[in-house]
Amino acid sequence: MPDTVPAFHPDPEVLLAYAAGSLDEAGSVLVATHLALCPGCRSELGRLEALGGALSAGLPPAPLAADALSAIMARLDEPEESPPAPTPEFDEETRRSVPEPLRSYLGGNLRDLPWRWRGFAVRELPLAIGASATDGGIRAALIRVRGGAALPAHTHTGVETTLVLSGAFLDGPSRFGRGDVATATSADDHQPVAVPGEECLCFAVIEGPLRLTGPIGRLFNRFVRL
Amino acid sequence: MPSPAPEFNAGDAAEAWHRIHHRATTPVAVDNSLPHHRHMEAPGASDQGGARRHEDLIEAIAARADRPAFAELFSHFAPRLKAYLLRLGADPASAEEVVQDAMLTVWRKAASFDRRQAGAATWIFTIARNRRIDRLRRERRPEFLPDDPALVPAPAESGDAVVWTTQVEGRLRAAIESLPAEQSDLIRRAYFEDLSHREIAEASGLPLGTVKSRIRLALQRLRERTDDLA
Repeated sequence: MPDTVPAFHPDPEVLLAYAAGSLDEAGSVLVATHLALCPGCRSELGRLEALGGALSAGLPPAPLAADALSAIMARLDEPEESPPAPTPEFDEETRRSVPEPLRSYLGGNLRDLPWRWRGFAVRELPLAIGASATDGGIRAALIRVRGGAALPAHTHTGVETTLVLSGAFLDGPSRFGRGDVATATSADDHQPVAVPGEECLCFAVIEGPLRLTGPIGRLFNRFVRL
Repeated sequence: MPSPAPEFNAGDAAEAWHRIHHRATTPVAVDNSLPHHRHMEAPGASDQGGARRHEDLIEAIAARADRPAFAELFSHFAPRLKAYLLRLGADPASAEEVVQDAMLTVWRKAASFDRRQAGAATWIFTIARNRRIDRLRRERRPEFLPDDPALVPAPAESGDAVVWTTQVEGRLRAAIESLPAEQSDLIRRAYFEDLSHREIAEASGLPLGTVKSRIRLALQRLRERTDDLA
């Protein structure tokens, strides 16, 4: 299958936050994985990093400790601390579907991960990413939806950002395929549907708790936290 | 809370410009037909007043572990990195530590510097940014891998499009000065305050939509000012 270039991208201010280094780790994983699939955004990132270089190099210099230069010159021959951890081997399906840096956060091959069923056609794998994973502010998950099936209709209290890794889904008039980023705000009450014929694999980053809507969803709310 | 952005003064900006562009020429026209890195290493480019370009210093470190080159690079960038870290809320001791850490990374990773990908100031900025996330925010910095088999390469026709990165840095610095203050302030805050655009909206009392549209307008202007270089 030839590579296609994504049609939907992270919001410009989100790419800026990634370039500046202020985006949370889960959001950064999503943006960086989109970057692996989007040459256009990689080029824009280069420009935003050049802006960071220009702005930081243009700051009035702050005086260093008197021994700063001699201290670092003395450290140049120090051995490097620890070599980077060896990267685990992944199977062909995982390597093809999930680019880095997301792949390294999986902990195993797609087929072996402890997926949880969410209804009849949806499986979910929560991923603990970064400091915000522990304080509950931001949640990240891989989601697989059977072709033709709908995700439970839901709204969210914060922003939900979804990156498509394989297959595609329709949300209203828009079709989101590999590499595309869908951004939904609390104003959207939506029900994405996976395109028939192929399972849709997505990575989602969600701020704040989800609220499922619709009769089944309301029932869902009682016992699942999607 | 960080105090309002100290504005660049014209003298500093000019000094910084000349440090980056040691040739005292203003790069007005860009000839994209020339092989860029060769053009930038044109005879005379590196011996202006005995000073070497920052890119040359990094390459000297990579080629022959050149300590004087490193000391020169450190003397220029370390105080600016410290200023950057202080602006982001680090205390002076932590700022010094991250500066040492970042500059040690510059020494060790000099071989991965590629002036066709980034200018010296940009490359060093990305290292300091990542070391700060690691050491002060205690998070990982996720990045794509250029040699990932899953990476979608740039279309072939743009394969030769090399960015004139030091020129981009200089042009961007000039361009941000020309933005309306309400836009340039938001861009500076994005780089120097570790706040999301949502937090900037809360802190400034501006509606989120206004913050987003000002950032987008500013980025659009900066793109227009540098598109011919890409």
